[in-house]
Amino acid sequence: MTESFAQNPESNHVIELHEVWKTYRMGSQDVHALAGVSLSIERGSFWAISGASGSGKSTMLNLLGCLDRPTRGRYALEGQDTASTSDDELSDLRLKHLGFVFQSFNLIPQLTVQENIELPLFYQGIDAGIAAKSAQAIAERVGLSDRLSHRPTELSGGQQQRVAIARALSNNPSVLLADEPTGNLDTATGDSIMELLTELHEQGKTIMMVTHEPEIAKYAQFQLVMRDGKIESISQNPGSATVGVGVGTLI
Amino acid sequence: MMTSRFIGNVRLGIKTLLLHKMRSILTMLGMVFGVGAVIAMLAVGEGASKQALDQIRRLGSQNIIINSQKPIEQAASGSMQVRMNMYGLLYDDLARIEQSYNTIDRVVPSKLIRGQGRVGSRTLELRLVGTTPNWFELVSRDLLAGRVMTDLDMENFASVVVLTEHGARKLLVGQSAVGSQVRISQNYFTVIGVIKSESTQSGSMQTPDQDIDAYIPLNVAIERFGDITVTRSSGSRSRELVELHQLIVQVDSIENVESTAAGIERMLSMFHPKGDYRMSVPLALLRQAEATQRTFNIVLGSIAGISLLIGGIGIMNIMLASVTERTREIGIRRAIGARRKQIIGQFLIETVVLSVTGGFIGIGIGLLIPWLITMFADMPTIVTLWSVLLSVVISIGVGVIFGMYPAMRAANLDPIVALRHE
Ligand SMILES: Nc1ncnc2c1ncn2[C@@H]1O[C@H](COP(=O)(O)OP(=O)(O)OP(=O)(O)O)[C@@H](O)[C@H]1O
Ligand SMILES: [Mg+2]
Repeated sequence: MTESFAQNPESNHVIELHEVWKTYRMGSQDVHALAGVSLSIERGSFWAISGASGSGKSTMLNLLGCLDRPTRGRYALEGQDTASTSDDELSDLRLKHLGFVFQSFNLIPQLTVQENIELPLFYQGIDAGIAAKSAQAIAERVGLSDRLSHRPTELSGGQQQRVAIARALSNNPSVLLADEPTGNLDTATGDSIMELLTELHEQGKTIMMVTHEPEIAKYAQFQLVMRDGKIESISQNPGSATVGVGVGTLI
Repeated sequence: MMTSRFIGNVRLGIKTLLLHKMRSILTMLGMVFGVGAVIAMLAVGEGASKQALDQIRRLGSQNIIINSQKPIEQAASGSMQVRMNMYGLLYDDLARIEQSYNTIDRVVPSKLIRGQGRVGSRTLELRLVGTTPNWFELVSRDLLAGRVMTDLDMENFASVVVLTEHGARKLLVGQSAVGSQVRISQNYFTVIGVIKSESTQSGSMQTPDQDIDAYIPLNVAIERFGDITVTRSSGSRSRELVELHQLIVQVDSIENVESTAAGIERMLSMFHPKGDYRMSVPLALLRQAEATQRTFNIVLGSIAGISLLIGGIGIMNIMLASVTERTREIGIRRAIGARRKQIIGQFLIETVVLSVTGGFIGIGIGLLIPWLITMFADMPTIVTLWSVLLSVVISIGVGVIFGMYPAMRAANLDPIVALRHE
């Protein structure tokens, strides 16, 4: 499972945004949460998105996560345009290509750790036996093999976030989307989660992470700063481990 | 693949419901009582109706029964002086009915006679019936000893008598009485057989033979006893002239009963303008009883339907609360890639598990209550298979119908909004 994450080896751009707008109508006023964003993300790169509150970070991540469609512009994930997709097709895109990690972990409380990790496989209709084996393998990878039968509430915050990461990985997605993954954790635990993400990046995962903490953003290869729904700047982290792949381009 | 997901969903549904045991139990109660009420009420209704229908059927659904009846205005004008009341069915009626319809298998006449029997030095009232051998074929009673009346007895004007068990006991002769002579009102009769008496509860109105003591050939009865009965009451004597007290017409098939009855009615009303007879058609009573039963079932069904409706609304209410409570879970599942249909499926399965579990407990109660009623109230109850199957279908139906709206609400949540929900 660690050998290759590539779904489409021909295209090196797993994500392509072109002049993307997201406009909310508040009464008689239009709010542009995204105001013309163009961006290409290379497979295997690790991005930190930061910016002031209300600058459009979450909106961007929701869009990248196929939870929403752009009001205007073009977004292609794995070469597939999302503009005129149905709700079911968006679900399928998420199921196939995406993994989510949230600030508040978002595990399902009535399910065990193992069942939470298996959830994407359950929706993919994968045989229960195979799903269980692959969930165990992933749990081992995030260091939780001894907690498989526990409930999420019986785990620490850091452990819960590891379960969430394991769940996000279980369908072997092209892109991992993380919205403030360390926001609810203390510094030490946050660092260990970041080390896990870095490890995943080194193994070739594409990661898009929203954070407002500069310390956390340093773990990424690239830093993207948003402002008023636009990309203000993109910079490469000097200390970042460059593994040869992954260059973002601002068009 | 589909089935494993379905089983997974059912397991998850049960697990989720078990998280809130008390709430799930309370939610199920509506279904439990609704289904329990349906089965129990239908069982009681079915039992009562079967009892009634059996009674009517025992009268013979192929029979038409005509009884002589004292006309009302004559009965009221009872003056003090001796007078003669003439009414009822005539020998001619018997002949007319026998000849007019080819749909008739046989007509059995009977004539009620009061006679005096003797036991030692005591005399006692006896109720005799003068009839034809057909009577014994029509109302098949167990023969305890000897034989029943034959056509030969009729031809020979034989002074023979068939005693009922009841009559034999009264006359203090046992079943060994066959062959012996009994004296009834100055006439000697040879006992040729003893038959079982009809049990009290069944059909006593139309075949009034539970307190009949003996049967004699009709022609002998006419010859020896005549048509006049004298009754004494408070000093005055009243005399009645009745030729025949009853005619039982047996029609060849059920389909012809109603038309034959109508024809006989038309004919009799021509010859009996006073209306001194009464006709009853067990088949019509049967139809009526069945119609009543249908009405009863509709009423029961409506009551049960309302209780199930309330049960269903209870389930829907809880599921709506559950959807609100689990908004974030729905958002997570949608973010992972669950389609709307899969969310609907998940919640529907939960409601169906609730309603079906409630339904099965209800079936248990619905089986228990009729059993208890039969045990302690001695009322017949019949639990029909179809009422149980219907309950299963209704349970699933209630789950699907009342679960659909909450499930749609869940599925139509915007995943982004759902994920932000506290
Ligand atoms: N559903 C919505 N309806 C209307 N306006 C919205 C909606 N979602 C976001 N917005 C607006 O779009 C802008 C960007 O919001 P967004 O949530 O992307 O900001 P953010 O960068 O994630 O902020 P924060 O750091 O506070 O999470 C804000 O002005 C916000 O009010
Ligand atoms: Mg945000």
